[in-house]
Amino acid sequence: MGLGSGTFHENYAQDMAIFPTKLHWGVLAAFLIVLFACPLFTSDRMLTILTMMGIAVISVHGLNILTGYCGQISIGHAGFMAVGGYTSAVLCAKLGLPFWAALPCGALAAGIAGLIFGLPSLKIKGFYLIMATIAAHFIIIWTIIQLRSITGGPDGLSVPKPAIGSIVLSSKTNYFYLVMILTCLATLLAKNIVRSRAGRAFIAIRDNDLAAEVMGVSLWSYKLQAFFIGCVYAGVAGSLLVHYISFASTDQFPFMDSVWYLGMLIVGGMGSVTGAVFGAVALKLLDELVTMVGPILSAAVAPQAAASLALMSHGLIIIIFLIFEPRGLYHRWDIIKAYFRLWPFSHRE
Amino acid sequence: MTFLLQLVVTGLAQGMIYALIAIGFVIILKCSEVFNIAQGHFVLIGGYLGYTFLVPFGLPIWGALGLAIVTAIIMGLAIERLTLRPLMGEPVLAVVMVTIALATVLGGLATLLWGAEYKAYHGLLPTINLKVGTISIPSESLIGLIVSVICVALLMLLFRYTKIGLAMRATAEDLQVVQSVGIKATTVYAVSWAIACVVGVIGGILLGGVSGANMDLANVGLKAFAVVLLGGLNSIGGAIVAGIILGMLENVAAGYLDPLLPGGGLAQVFPFIVMIIVLIFRPYGLFGLVRIERI
Repeated sequence: MGLGSGTFHENYAQDMAIFPTKLHWGVLAAFLIVLFACPLFTSDRMLTILTMMGIAVISVHGLNILTGYCGQISIGHAGFMAVGGYTSAVLCAKLGLPFWAALPCGALAAGIAGLIFGLPSLKIKGFYLIMATIAAHFIIIWTIIQLRSITGGPDGLSVPKPAIGSIVLSSKTNYFYLVMILTCLATLLAKNIVRSRAGRAFIAIRDNDLAAEVMGVSLWSYKLQAFFIGCVYAGVAGSLLVHYISFASTDQFPFMDSVWYLGMLIVGGMGSVTGAVFGAVALKLLDELVTMVGPILSAAVAPQAAASLALMSHGLIIIIFLIFEPRGLYHRWDIIKAYFRLWPFSHRE
Repeated sequence: MTFLLQLVVTGLAQGMIYALIAIGFVIILKCSEVFNIAQGHFVLIGGYLGYTFLVPFGLPIWGALGLAIVTAIIMGLAIERLTLRPLMGEPVLAVVMVTIALATVLGGLATLLWGAEYKAYHGLLPTINLKVGTISIPSESLIGLIVSVICVALLMLLFRYTKIGLAMRATAEDLQVVQSVGIKATTVYAVSWAIACVVGVIGGILLGGVSGANMDLANVGLKAFAVVLLGGLNSIGGAIVAGIILGMLENVAAGYLDPLLPGGGLAQVFPFIVMIIVLIFRPYGLFGLVRIERI
């Protein structure tokens, strides 16, 4: 990994550091200050967008560990989010559990659902696994609708405003802080998971599962671990989403969301924690752009143009990235950084 | 008993249409090892094309069918050239994602052109009334059955007796050998996409004749995947048998179990339940090639 000239790693801790230089720490501090100062100078609408971005980032981190690092492709991520969301919603609304207790329960429930639907991954891979996870999504949503007495079925379930201790997170600002703190923690955790023993095992399985097995990586255990971790992330994201809207319904977890999370991963760059953040932010920004341009286009062309644009924009951006930049935005970011590192005397090898 | 038979017969006709759509999927998969998630959206486009040519254009059924087939061929060739060819040899995820993205683009196109509205063209297909004993066979189902059978037979003849059909079968067997004897693999890929598009569009017109064209037609593609998995991914005969089995099972299960379940709608999830069971117990399907790879 290229750092500027004159930066030497003299011991293991320095070599492993996520932020190796003072400059990195400075940039991080500046970013966090700006991020957490956002409510002071942005509108309510902007805060909503940022909160939704945070939730998407958490979810994509989970998918990145499962698909980007462990290579187990899942197109059922929104389904696992629904498990987390509904579990914490039911615990809060029906059993009166406080929010801080319901959130981890939701995460755990999603993790267990992930374990169950991860079982086929022990026997199948590639396209077969994709089909199994697509099936998982539909089966989860169908089950939620069937359990009408618990989940409210198609009518949905309203959830009380979340509270931590005596602080009720009723305003957008409060909730924004909660989501952002969790997003930062989730990012840090993801970064550390992928460079732990388990993370290295995931990468080995992704690159060549037979070789990994021969080297003593237990496929059985690590594939299920990847499913569990990935779905715990999904559960946290799903439960944050449900509590943000104070209402749980299956419409919040459409099948296409499962696809778009994977799309975010592709646009951002698979197998990179920073890439997952880039991808989630980029596609959410695209969403906003579409919501802005859509009505104008509808007025100019045809009333259905907005809906059509919403569908086509995502598909086209994924096709374009797959054909022209399959390594995603993260790779672009690396190239730009490398260019400016020795600027104005940069050279290309 | 009459109820059961009625369900079985309706299921048989529906299953044959599923089989036809699934064959499009199998052809692409066999020739170019691409899992085409957009197969259901070919059906969607087909349903709307059928409406456009029959109602606003007012063409007779054969004219509409011919024009729809020509459109489908152009669509298939364009899709292959623009999106799939640059991705040749990429990992499975990239290829699957590109077909998913393609599905949404086609969905967006259908929304733009036809407004995502329900378009019915019921009485326009020819009607044949048939009654066997106490069971009446709905006319649309019968037409679907006949057309599907003709299409499947034509495809079988194509694969057996024409040069391009033989080239496609050879490509499915071994790409390198095919290239070394001078068959152009890219042509084979292009033709396979065109055929898949055509069978999808025909399936769409048939299903549209039964229930009208709307955005839900795309979901039939998901049922086609269940068919393909059950039949074995690379077996055309398997797709036919599995299509019929699934169509019947779905109708019978929905007919008997839906009244028992409060929410209903078992027919929608049924293919997925079949899919999971097949994936766990017999991943290579009924007639698929058993690949020995132990992990």
